[in-house]
Amino acid sequence: MKRIIAPLTVVLGVFALCFAAVRPPQRIQTNSPESIVAADDLSESVSVVDGFLETQWRTEGVAPAAQADDLQVLRRLALSLMGTVPSLEEVRQFEADEAPGRLERWTLRYLQDDRFADYFAERLARSYVGVEGGAFVIFRRDRFVSWLAEELRKNTPYDQLVRVMVASEGLWTGEPASNFITSAVAEDNLDRNKLAARSARAFLGQSIDCAQCHDHPFNENLREADFAGLAGQFGRVEVAALGVHEMSMSGPDMKSKKKKKEGDDEDEEADEPIPDPAVPFGKDWLPDDGTTRQKFAVWLTHAENRRFERAITNRVWGLMFGRPYVTPVDDMPDPPAADQPDLLDVLGADFRQHGYDLRHLILTIASSRSFRLDSTHPATDSDELAAAEEAWAVFPLTRLRPEQIIGSIIQSSWVRTVDQNSHLVVRFMRFTKENDFVNEYGDLGDQELDQDLGTIPQALLRMNSEVTRDAVKTDLMTASTRVAGMCRDDESIVETAYLICFCRKPTPPEEEHFLSLLAEVSKNEKSRIVEDIFWALFNSPEFSWNH
Amino acid sequence: MNDLLNQPVTRRSILQSAAGLGLSFLMPALNLKAAEQRGAERTKSLLILWMAGGPSQLETWDPHAGSATGGQTKAIKTALPGAAISSLYPQVAEQLGELNIIRSLTSKEGDHERGTVYVKTGYRPDPIFTYPAISAIVASRLKNRDLEIPAHVSLGGGQWPARGGYLGASHDAFRIFNPGRHINNLKSMVGKDRQAQRLKSLDVVTSAFARGKQLQVERTLHQHTIDQALQMMSSEQLKAFEIGDEPEAVQDAYGDSQFGRGCLVARRLLETGVRAIEVTLNGWDSHASNHEGHVTQSQMLDPAFATLISELKQRDLLQSTIVLCIGEFGRTPKINPLDGRDHWPNWFSCIVGGGGLAKGLVIGETDPAGTKDATEPIPVNDLYATLLQQLGIDHEEETMTPIGRPIALSDGTPVGKLLS
Repeated sequence: MKRIIAPLTVVLGVFALCFAAVRPPQRIQTNSPESIVAADDLSESVSVVDGFLETQWRTEGVAPAAQADDLQVLRRLALSLMGTVPSLEEVRQFEADEAPGRLERWTLRYLQDDRFADYFAERLARSYVGVEGGAFVIFRRDRFVSWLAEELRKNTPYDQLVRVMVASEGLWTGEPASNFITSAVAEDNLDRNKLAARSARAFLGQSIDCAQCHDHPFNENLREADFAGLAGQFGRVEVAALGVHEMSMSGPDMKSKKKKKEGDDEDEEADEPIPDPAVPFGKDWLPDDGTTRQKFAVWLTHAENRRFERAITNRVWGLMFGRPYVTPVDDMPDPPAADQPDLLDVLGADFRQHGYDLRHLILTIASSRSFRLDSTHPATDSDELAAAEEAWAVFPLTRLRPEQIIGSIIQSSWVRTVDQNSHLVVRFMRFTKENDFVNEYGDLGDQELDQDLGTIPQALLRMNSEVTRDAVKTDLMTASTRVAGMCRDDESIVETAYLICFCRKPTPPEEEHFLSLLAEVSKNEKSRIVEDIFWALFNSPEFSWNH
Repeated sequence: MNDLLNQPVTRRSILQSAAGLGLSFLMPALNLKAAEQRGAERTKSLLILWMAGGPSQLETWDPHAGSATGGQTKAIKTALPGAAISSLYPQVAEQLGELNIIRSLTSKEGDHERGTVYVKTGYRPDPIFTYPAISAIVASRLKNRDLEIPAHVSLGGGQWPARGGYLGASHDAFRIFNPGRHINNLKSMVGKDRQAQRLKSLDVVTSAFARGKQLQVERTLHQHTIDQALQMMSSEQLKAFEIGDEPEAVQDAYGDSQFGRGCLVARRLLETGVRAIEVTLNGWDSHASNHEGHVTQSQMLDPAFATLISELKQRDLLQSTIVLCIGEFGRTPKINPLDGRDHWPNWFSCIVGGGGLAKGLVIGETDPAGTKDATEPIPVNDLYATLLQQLGIDHEEETMTPIGRPIALSDGTPVGKLLS
């Protein structure tokens, strides 16, 4: 036995140390220079967005919903920026914060939280490199996501970030952005078509995949030749032992060298000529200097390329509201005529004028009137409601994604905030549980902004799984244990459970119902009722839908 | 089960039926075995034995013993005249008379994930949307109104289970990770009375939330999904997932493996009227020590597959069940320096039969030297067009996808000789 314990201790110790070392405790946030958003500047951006939507509401005769309760807006913010509900600790601090502009202040606080960088990096990475494991060794998705998170922490301008990704050179480990390129390696061959299609979807919000074989059926601006030209933008990339690199312009005629396989016919697809680089529109935006990919990156992020700013504002809008402004997020129609701008043009222009500052974009959306509207609307029939939803005059009810559900369940089972400062055990638990849960709940991969209804296995998972059992039980230091043991009276038990799970206080009928249950039992049995309260809250639509 | 979407089950009706359960022993057995007809009259089902990782055709259904590519594998005769398979499968060999071997399946996807998508759906992966697995199509088209458990079930885990794709997540396979041992999430964590109390509390909480937004909340179908889940939890048909009351001899015949138990559960699910099932056997990715790996795999596959076919025959279910044993690709004819075989989508084998398909065919012939393409190549979409047609589903039926493009259930051409 002793022989086992010693090595086991060493292994566990090393594991614990590595784990602790990898994720340093979160820095204490002070008022960093960038945190001081010029209030006037933000309010100007917000008033442009509000003005646009309010005019639309007036013109269409749509009545906007009432303003939502601040705590509900805080819940939306935490869910969209960090994939979890706010902790009780945060709710209490928020309630105590009575100075004006607390929602803006809290949005900023979340934007500076490492949880935001990590969470948003994963969301954005899905559109850049998908969720597939990809080629062994040369595609390091983990490095890519960490790099993206670090850039978000630094608040690198978005256009710069995209240029680095598209034109990246070097090794997938040392230059993690280059994994954008190596994510398209399959079977030892670089799939340039995949890079072309992915660039169009992620950076232009347009799906040109079908134009690989034929002209786009609905969009006459996208022809087969355009696809070939975009694939040609990656024609000079080479993935070799020393990493991703761009061959010189004066090199020999490029051929796509497909690795030969035993049994391949000699002439079958082996040497496929690579098309010349070309762009489907905005030819003047291409600079004279640079490698093919550098020029393409400049073209993509050019100030006159409306599709670029529209694509990212639509995606961020979708991540904030749970529903993109234009659906689907990666197959948007062509932009409207320049003299008839829509909201994405308005937001996009503001985003560009603010140096492609993602935090400014998020702050603007989060501070807009639309984001702070209630999800309840006075509409009396479904047509009226649909019109209000269409015009963003009511906050949409959208199903939370699996990582948001598990994030919320885990957070709701602790009173304190679960983040990098949490106890190692808590962080380890979150890490392991989250992956298993997301897998079992059904990960939508890079189509995660598509809306679908919930499924029976998901309901079963919420009702009966070990995750739920562990989260509600009162025999550990879970929130339910604390609530059962430390609340001074029954009213306080019910109220605290509601704040933890729902970020609100119970309504009178809810309070009455649970108080009557608590009143029926002896003090020792209260924890059983508390478990039942948490179970009911976890399984309600209010918990698993954004509202 | 999905029909219920159009006939909302109310909480009250669930509670009423739950209350009725106490007296259910007095009623005629509406349980699993009475649920379905047998023989050719029965609505057909599809059962896929999914060989995850890509089995070697040369160590399974297409041996080339004694040739340069054959390795150590020997061949044995089978009940299917003229067809020899690997000697690792003596029990399957006896059952082959009812089935067919295709030795010339072709694919262009040599990556596990992409290959799995192609072979599970019949379409090459598309980055914009997800195609439904053939099993999801079958479950969505062949309805069983008496079924209270999912119509599409995946047994034994596997990295990329069959999905509903553009048909919707409600058509994803219901996954049982450890079949016969543990029905995940289907048992309430508390006793009956306490569960009833919890559900009552849930009603109170849901009503409070729905106040002022009844329309939106109804549209989420949240409560409806919970009601369906509760109905499933209280269904007698759940017994189909359990194997405890199967005779020990039967359990032994399937073999003491997760896959063996999965096949036994699959047979019980078929009897209950489940329309599409996949049972996964992991562990075929033999880049090193290919032969040893295949010996281990055969010890699980041979008894389970053979017993399954024999039992389906005995119980008159083979006429109505298409059984397909397939993986995402085959393995290279050439043996690598680690005594392994690598990925090989160019030609690979499957066994398919039952459900009224022809029997006794061997389709395609491969080159013992491993250089020439197989004769009579069958792309996977052709196989699926065949299966859908045999199951009575119009494979050309187009469905509108979320991207606004209509897509046929299968774009393949049925293989005439497989259709009886």
